Amino acid sequence: MRSHHRGIGEDGKARMAAALLACLLLACLLTPAAAQVGYEYQYSYTYDYWGYIRHAPDAYRVRAVFNAGDLGLTTPLLTPSSLFMKGERLYLVDSGNHRVLQLVKDGKGFRLEREITGFSDGAAGSTLRSPSDVFVTDSGELFICDTGNERVVKLDPDLNLLLTLTKPTDETFDQRLAFLPTRVVADATGRAFVLARNVNKGLAKFERDGAFTGFIGAMPVSYSLTDQIWRLLSTRQQRDQQASFVPTEFDNIFIDARGFIYSVTTTFQEYDLLWDNARPIRKLNALGDDILVKNGEFPPIGDVDWGVAAGYSGPARFSDITVLDNEVYVALDKVRGRLFGYDDQGRNLFIFGGSGNMAGYFRGAASIERDGYELLVLDSLEGSVTVFEPTEYGRLIYLATEQYQRGEYALSAESWRRVLQLNGNFELAYIGVGRALLRGEQYEEAMRYFKLANDERNYSKAFQEQRKIWVERNITWLFALVVLVLVVPMAVGRIRKIRRELGEA
Amino acid sequence: MSAAGRETLIRHLGSRAWWQRYGASLRYALHAIVRPFDGFWDLTRERRGSMAAANTIVLLAMLTRVLSLQYTSFLFMRVNWARVNVFTEMLAILLPILIWCVANWSLTTLFEGKGRMPDIYMGTAYALTPYVLIQLPLILLSNVVTVEEGAIYSVLSSISLIWCGFLIVVAMMMIHDYTLGKTLAFMVMSLFGMLVIVFLMMLFFSLISDGIAYLVSLYKELTFRLY
Repeated sequence: MRSHHRGIGEDGKARMAAALLACLLLACLLTPAAAQVGYEYQYSYTYDYWGYIRHAPDAYRVRAVFNAGDLGLTTPLLTPSSLFMKGERLYLVDSGNHRVLQLVKDGKGFRLEREITGFSDGAAGSTLRSPSDVFVTDSGELFICDTGNERVVKLDPDLNLLLTLTKPTDETFDQRLAFLPTRVVADATGRAFVLARNVNKGLAKFERDGAFTGFIGAMPVSYSLTDQIWRLLSTRQQRDQQASFVPTEFDNIFIDARGFIYSVTTTFQEYDLLWDNARPIRKLNALGDDILVKNGEFPPIGDVDWGVAAGYSGPARFSDITVLDNEVYVALDKVRGRLFGYDDQGRNLFIFGGSGNMAGYFRGAASIERDGYELLVLDSLEGSVTVFEPTEYGRLIYLATEQYQRGEYALSAESWRRVLQLNGNFELAYIGVGRALLRGEQYEEAMRYFKLANDERNYSKAFQEQRKIWVERNITWLFALVVLVLVVPMAVGRIRKIRRELGEA
Repeated sequence: MSAAGRETLIRHLGSRAWWQRYGASLRYALHAIVRPFDGFWDLTRERRGSMAAANTIVLLAMLTRVLSLQYTSFLFMRVNWARVNVFTEMLAILLPILIWCVANWSLTTLFEGKGRMPDIYMGTAYALTPYVLIQLPLILLSNVVTVEEGAIYSVLSSISLIWCGFLIVVAMMMIHDYTLGKTLAFMVMSLFGMLVIVFLMMLFFSLISDGIAYLVSLYKELTFRLY
């Protein structure tokens, strides 16, 4: 059942259909329930309070997989590095073939609209060399990281050169280094933020007129105690030869609708992850501070528990991140090809995907983009793009999250209840229902839901109210108890004393 | 239990005097924990304590541990029931006490410690009284406070442990008739002794299990050859 190849060619379609039919028949015979789903299962799960994997229904399913052949191109994609979605258009950076493909939505799929291999530079034309990223502004201007030519070019919608961002001549930039821009984003004011290879000071900021105005979001240098001891023990010569302790580099960036830059990094120590010192995902504000909200049981680091299995080891290493309009962000793990979705509070919503050759699995997960609620993932080794669409389960999670964000708490609880019908292991849904019950003053019920999700803060809130009600209802008995414990022994003692005195007299 | 032992036990349970002595020695724990210096001196030397009472306190401590796992509000104690074995939890109290007694006796008996093994056990057991006295009501308390008021819980919980620790030090001091410095030094050494004992036990078990595994594989190999 899970054996078809990705990227269905024209000639193979008939054979494919026959194979599919056979598979379906077989599946009907073996597992009637599975056949009704009509698509291949993903490997989906979330983590519970204890950090155990809880299998979950699929939040996303594969809608389509396409490659260069499906777009009518003769040369297959060669090490494509990035996807960018703007409105109806999808930009695919085909680095190995020195081009950027501009696709446009056509029905349910995509159609090739334009192949960008160069631009007009006044009179003379100029071509791209190993471009690695593209960004398109609201007004349709393109920023292209022309890595091979050590520059970022800004083009108008008709591909006329507007601006070239080159190596900053500023002293904060090491002039011995080549300027190799790999990622670019721009904010609403036209300021560009460029990520360059072998630069570890953060994002280079270029103003609207192309002037370099410094770096933002530099990660603080962190070195451990052992590093410090080694440094103390080594001689000056050795110290000079050591790689200096440098801040880690970002690997990818995404700018959301509100102008916040989400970044991912893969250079960190494993042991820093669970204590949240590594911060592989960051949300940078205008000053470059990390303002990512982390209210989940675990910080957003991808897999909470990782071992050595199937040839993979170590934690998730994110190659890209994308942010939906409801502030849910999805990060792409290039080690195991998994997608990790988190809500605006940093709580894990879903995990799916994997390594492999099947639809919905990746060999070289390089880039992720969103199209409304759909997710597009670029596989740089396969040279293909996989389109995921949310399932009913995924849509319900989004609906519940958005309803809560809009303040429609009762409706949100209703949606969470429906999520629970599909996945009774989803702790976030219990909290969602509990919060609405809390607002509805059904404290006892709310306590039950919060306890199921191990949410002590909200449980305490509900409990406090419930305790108040209990005390008010039983005030007579409590008062009687106090009298019994305090007043009666005192009275008895007094009476005895009086009696004794009477007896003595 | 031998027939004679059973007879003695039955005779004890039937005798009113034995019950009175048991009750008095158990009540003595309440005295010993508030006046530890005199209390632990008299515990063995004046025979104010009894082994039955010591066993009772250890049992109560084990019971407290299990009850608090089950009934403490989840705000203060998260129990992953998938990973809990009640007997392991009880042994987690009992075994350290027993190993402590062995390690402590083994060392102090070489260095003019006056305590015999039963004395050490009795002293340690009586020193656990505050744990039982405070942790049991804390289970109830935990169910009527919120997270914000949880400081009361954690403070009381810490007090019970600190109190126990203090009592164990005093108990060792009085039982062995040591000075404070000597007591502390020997307690630290006893802790190392416990580590050695645990290490030897683990070594022993792993050797035994290796030996059994060897015999099992030998048997399997032979049966494969023969059939």
